[in-house]
Amino acid sequence: MAVEHSTATQQGDQTRIHNIGYRSYDGPRLGRSYATRSLFSQSLRGSYGLGRSVKSKVLPMLLFVVMCVPAAIMVAVAVATKARELPVDYTRYAIVMQAVISLYLASQAPQSVSRDLRFKTVPLYFSRPIETADYVRAKFAALASALFLLTGAPLIVLYAGALLAKLDFADQTKGFAQGLVSVALLSLLFAGIGLVIASVTPRRGFGIAAVIAVLTISYGAVSTLQAIAEVQDSSGAIAWMGLFSPVTLIDGVQSAFLGADSAFPGGVGPSTGEGVVYVLVTLGLVAAAYGLLLRRYRKVGL
Amino acid sequence: MYDPTVARLTYRALLGRRRALILAALPVLLIALSVAVRVLAGADDQTAADLLGGLALATMVPIIGVIAGTGAIGPEIDDGSVVYLLSKPLKRPTIIFTKLIVAVAVTMVFSALPTFIAGFILNGNGQQIAVAYTVAALVASIAYAALFLLLGTVSRHAVVFGLVYALVWEALFGSLVPGARTLSVQQWSLAVAQKVAGGDMVTSDVGLTTATVLLIAVTVLATWYAGQKLRSLTLAGEE
Repeated sequence: MAVEHSTATQQGDQTRIHNIGYRSYDGPRLGRSYATRSLFSQSLRGSYGLGRSVKSKVLPMLLFVVMCVPAAIMVAVAVATKARELPVDYTRYAIVMQAVISLYLASQAPQSVSRDLRFKTVPLYFSRPIETADYVRAKFAALASALFLLTGAPLIVLYAGALLAKLDFADQTKGFAQGLVSVALLSLLFAGIGLVIASVTPRRGFGIAAVIAVLTISYGAVSTLQAIAEVQDSSGAIAWMGLFSPVTLIDGVQSAFLGADSAFPGGVGPSTGEGVVYVLVTLGLVAAAYGLLLRRYRKVGL
Repeated sequence: MYDPTVARLTYRALLGRRRALILAALPVLLIALSVAVRVLAGADDQTAADLLGGLALATMVPIIGVIAGTGAIGPEIDDGSVVYLLSKPLKRPTIIFTKLIVAVAVTMVFSALPTFIAGFILNGNGQQIAVAYTVAALVASIAYAALFLLLGTVSRHAVVFGLVYALVWEALFGSLVPGARTLSVQQWSLAVAQKVAGGDMVTSDVGLTTATVLLIAVTVLATWYAGQKLRSLTLAGEE
């Protein structure tokens, strides 16, 4: 290098930069909202393994099938036996299948954010015209939509089957709509919790275990305490304990406002007044998850 | 068969930085819950058995086992740094055995110890319940750690498969299909606990002999096969 340098200073006035024909880009710039939408659709496709390897399609697709098959069986039974109503309420279905939903969330939330952290691709996203809030919104919306697909699809199966079985149309449509509202709320809440936990750790395996631990242990603890409160005849406390785990939170909201039968011990859900608290806590948790994610990504990898 | 350096590195990988705090969250919750139950409901043998059986043995031990078992080897294989370990003049089975010892120790400390404390808080070891569930947790720790360590060497999605086994197979199918209980670490360890407790508070669907044989067979086979897997390990790219 030193030799070249000395020759360069010798013939200093002869050096120049050649124009070798690179053209600057003058096409349309698609901008921030386009980048955000792309990130959203890539994340949504990624959470079902589309656009990824065959191996990573197996688990989400399998869980999707496991989620829908019981609904199909129930519909078949209802049609065959000419039942008056479906064996399971629309609102109850997600509560019954919560283990599958938890596993899906645990496997896909770290997939969505942990790998970006581990391979340090987050700064690359932010070198595009997207902001922190856009990244968080896109990831949050993508995971919530993926969960909504997972929980909504069996409801559609149930609804279609109910119409085929010639059950009461108005009644079924009302139940179906209530079920959709409930799973939409559940998707938002679960996506928020899963993403917050997963965004803390760059290690995928640890994120999966942490999400599962939070969901199952909180549910186990709350339902144990509720069962004890039921035995102790302090049924007033049962409703308040339900505030402390995501599944019972959704259960409480839907039994207060969406006409569901509560899965709480004793079958007594929260009253309307307590139901308002449930809704507020649920929305508060979603907002808190969004806020925490914004804080988490404020200065990541820089 | 045991290499202190590998053990030290594995301990650091499992418990280093803030990970020990996260692992400790579950036991702390269990103990807090049992204090709450004791204060609210008083000492009751049935409650104690339900809480220890339902929450501690059925949920906490498998989750800690998954974290410790797969965490002992999974991340190293995942990021490729396992080649530096494999290139050392150590026998592969020695590496697996050492990691197994560490995983078992971590699982025992974070699951069996809190089970014991929670049992004493709940009913002061009435009808030997605390001791019985502690023995079950200890036995289950060994089998879970060996099983999930094997999963860690076999699959990149070890944590998910481990959790599917623990939560879907043992908890869900185990409660619906009686036959599934025969192939469940939880029931095998309960069989051992039943022998210890002697009463009718702790029951298992599997006989003691079957349970012991299966426990030993699973642990030995899983460890042996994990060693074989590590001998012919190929490092693949991401996914």
